[in-house]
Amino acid sequence: MNVLEISGVEKKYPGVVANQDVSLQVRQASIHAIIGENGAGKSTLMKILYGLIKPDAGSIRAFGNEVNLKSPQDAIALGIGMVHQHFKLADNATVLENVILGSEPTRFGFLVKYDEAREKLKEISKNYGLEIDPDESLANLGVGERQRVEIAKVLFRGAKILILDEPTAVLVPQEVAELFANLRELVKKGLTILFISHKLDEVLSIADDITIMRRGKTVASRKPSNTSKKELAELMVGGELPKPKVGAAKISSSSILNIKEASYSRLDKREILNKVNLELHGGEILGLAGVEGNGQSELVELIMGLIQPSSGSVEILGMNVASHLTKDIRNAGVAYIPQDRQRDGLLMTAPLWENRILGHQFNSPMAKSIWVNKSAAVEGSKSIVAEFDVRTPGISVLASALSGGNQQKFIVGRELSGDPKIIVAAQPTRGVDVGAQAIIWDHLVQARSKGAGILLVSADLEELFSLSDRIAVIYNGSIVSILNPRETSPEQLGLAMTGASKS
Amino acid sequence: MTKSRVFWAVVAPTAAIFTSLLFTYIILKIRGVDPIEMFRLMISYGFDPRNLVSELNQTVAYYMAGVAAAIGFKMLLFNIGIDGQYRMGAFFGAVVGAAVSLPPILHVLVIILTAMLAGGAWAAIAGYLKVRRGVSEVISNIMLNFIAAALIAFLLSPSIFGILPEGTQVLQTRSIPASGRMPTIKAFDGEIYTFLFLAIFVGVSYWIMLNKTVFGFNLRATGLSFRAARSSGVNAPGMIFVTTVLSGAIAGLVGIGTLLSDTHNYSMAFPSGYAFTGLALALLGRNHPVGIFFAAFLWSFLERTAPVLEFEGVPPEIIIVLQGTIVLSIVVAYELVSRINLRQQQRAVGSVSAEVIDKDSKSVKETK
Repeated sequence: MNVLEISGVEKKYPGVVANQDVSLQVRQASIHAIIGENGAGKSTLMKILYGLIKPDAGSIRAFGNEVNLKSPQDAIALGIGMVHQHFKLADNATVLENVILGSEPTRFGFLVKYDEAREKLKEISKNYGLEIDPDESLANLGVGERQRVEIAKVLFRGAKILILDEPTAVLVPQEVAELFANLRELVKKGLTILFISHKLDEVLSIADDITIMRRGKTVASRKPSNTSKKELAELMVGGELPKPKVGAAKISSSSILNIKEASYSRLDKREILNKVNLELHGGEILGLAGVEGNGQSELVELIMGLIQPSSGSVEILGMNVASHLTKDIRNAGVAYIPQDRQRDGLLMTAPLWENRILGHQFNSPMAKSIWVNKSAAVEGSKSIVAEFDVRTPGISVLASALSGGNQQKFIVGRELSGDPKIIVAAQPTRGVDVGAQAIIWDHLVQARSKGAGILLVSADLEELFSLSDRIAVIYNGSIVSILNPRETSPEQLGLAMTGASKS
Repeated sequence: MTKSRVFWAVVAPTAAIFTSLLFTYIILKIRGVDPIEMFRLMISYGFDPRNLVSELNQTVAYYMAGVAAAIGFKMLLFNIGIDGQYRMGAFFGAVVGAAVSLPPILHVLVIILTAMLAGGAWAAIAGYLKVRRGVSEVISNIMLNFIAAALIAFLLSPSIFGILPEGTQVLQTRSIPASGRMPTIKAFDGEIYTFLFLAIFVGVSYWIMLNKTVFGFNLRATGLSFRAARSSGVNAPGMIFVTTVLSGAIAGLVGIGTLLSDTHNYSMAFPSGYAFTGLALALLGRNHPVGIFFAAFLWSFLERTAPVLEFEGVPPEIIIVLQGTIVLSIVVAYELVSRINLRQQQRAVGSVSAEVIDKDSKSVKETK
């Protein structure tokens, strides 16, 4: 029996088609995985199912009835619950308080029936093997336990269908195994699970059915038994992924970025980077691969002078970063494409031409002595818009009015202007459409052939393999290996990223 | 685009003022007073030349408070410490002005610089606490306001800087000699402070600094996004500190017009409450020097006309209600305008992209 039938769902935003022709059948008591790249429309679909977004067209049938979800309350009433990727829990409350918050059983409408709620939660915990203690303070719980509290929260509200948005993104492998055991238990008891992910191995091991989304559409359905990782990957990218034309490298012998034994510890003494050694030459693209959270962001911030190493040194074009400000590093010819483009790369509520100045405000032509050179900024923005095909009606629109891909094209255009010697590119094409990706890749390759050295931090293995001259693998704050992409298979790289081939 | 922006910048405050007038109209009506007649009286009284002069002089003080608040707002700082900074500025300006003897123009300059230094230094405490210790500037500034008032009361004791002239009950500083006073312009039985021109100069400089210089760009960038500014190479914490000091320095000028052209000494009779007014005026004038000037004038105009209401048996506090509703409506009006603007822009962006997407989806279908 299908508990959920979705057909022809469509959602358009100004300039973006988030969902189109989305159709899906979910069987009762199954784990149904929805996979796709970033920006493929998975999140939009889940938000539609949870009543956060209203679709423009299409129909949703839940438990056999046509439904019209106006809010998450409607979804919960129907028995659809969502476990968010970022937990929504209060640290200073107990597990029980967190679980019942917002749906407290009450006497006379205002006295909370804690005992009754506690019994109910204990029963849920026992039935589904969640092993949570209602009276434990949330502050004492680890990530895996917190996730189980989130699941309990949804079950407490009577959910029959659970949507899990990238539930493994925050877990370590052992916790993933525990989560999967929990999920199987839930399914055995008759619940249905929608599992969103882009990690193919996990999907193949846990799912009963797999639906693949690409560019806002559901493109195929498979069962783990009749598909392979390779096929799923091809379906996800659609085989239409443009390959960048990377010419022969003209790598200079002298290094322009030299990181020696650099370590970095946070205020709480946790060591994030541990004696990193890395060298970047002019004319090369050095890929930095690694599972997210292994120190990539900190390494980038170290290079940009945004944080200081606790020991070791970072030398850029012969100058020691420790004694210089971000401004000096930028002035020396270092371009920075930040990972979080909206927070670190743009002034969202400022017009494009002002965003053109950002990062270049200390130098000619954007600055003339103490003055901002507006006409240069206007000209500069216009040429970026033309050259990078930024889709905007003009350069006085606010950056926030543009779509993510167009924002990113603008940032890349800005950072590559003025022929930088070093380009630090963190996830330069994450979440952008294929067209924008091709443009960004082309320009990075062009900058390389002009002699710039590029540090490419990416979670996209395809991108790393096709652009990089060398790939450095970071694991647990250390560079564990440096690979030649032409002599390495994706499997070998994947293995190195998990720290397995520490040689 | 710019045309429509100017249009909205005028429409929004006008609509807000009308909304609050309507509100006041209803209150007066309930009170049994003819509102139209009342408004007419207020206008004719307020535009009486003699009253205009004193409104203009009050405008100068409000204007400085508004500009000081506006600089803070550009950095997302809520400078509620303007009160304390203004007191420190006026007090130390008066003390130093009375203590030194210098040639005329230099003497005035020294007093003005002292006032700015004192206001800026007082604000620097809040700035340091915010940047280095993460203390909210609102909390520290409220405390600093109390401390400033108490400190000055202490320093005004006759054994230190204060004197108690015979026949008065108000402690005050020694008078600034003639060389340290600013001239006034005689007009309609009144005297306009020449500090007015300096205030306008400060307002214009503020605008040029903010919009035309790299420093101003960095200031605005930090206010819009701390992290983006930092990534671009701006010393963002340093910028916050400097902006706090700058705001305090201008707040230090709030009482200078009165000091140099009228009282020539600082006394406990100097009014308080400039912080809230300054913040309201910056809001009303949208942090723009011209807008703040009109707002400051509107404020002193309304306050000046309060006695008219009293003649008619209406409590003059109705003016405060009127001012409050203006601020409230303006916040709503500006929010609406910025949403309309963003929606217009998104639509414009959408129409550009939609064509491309149509093309894209066609080509995808063809390849299938």
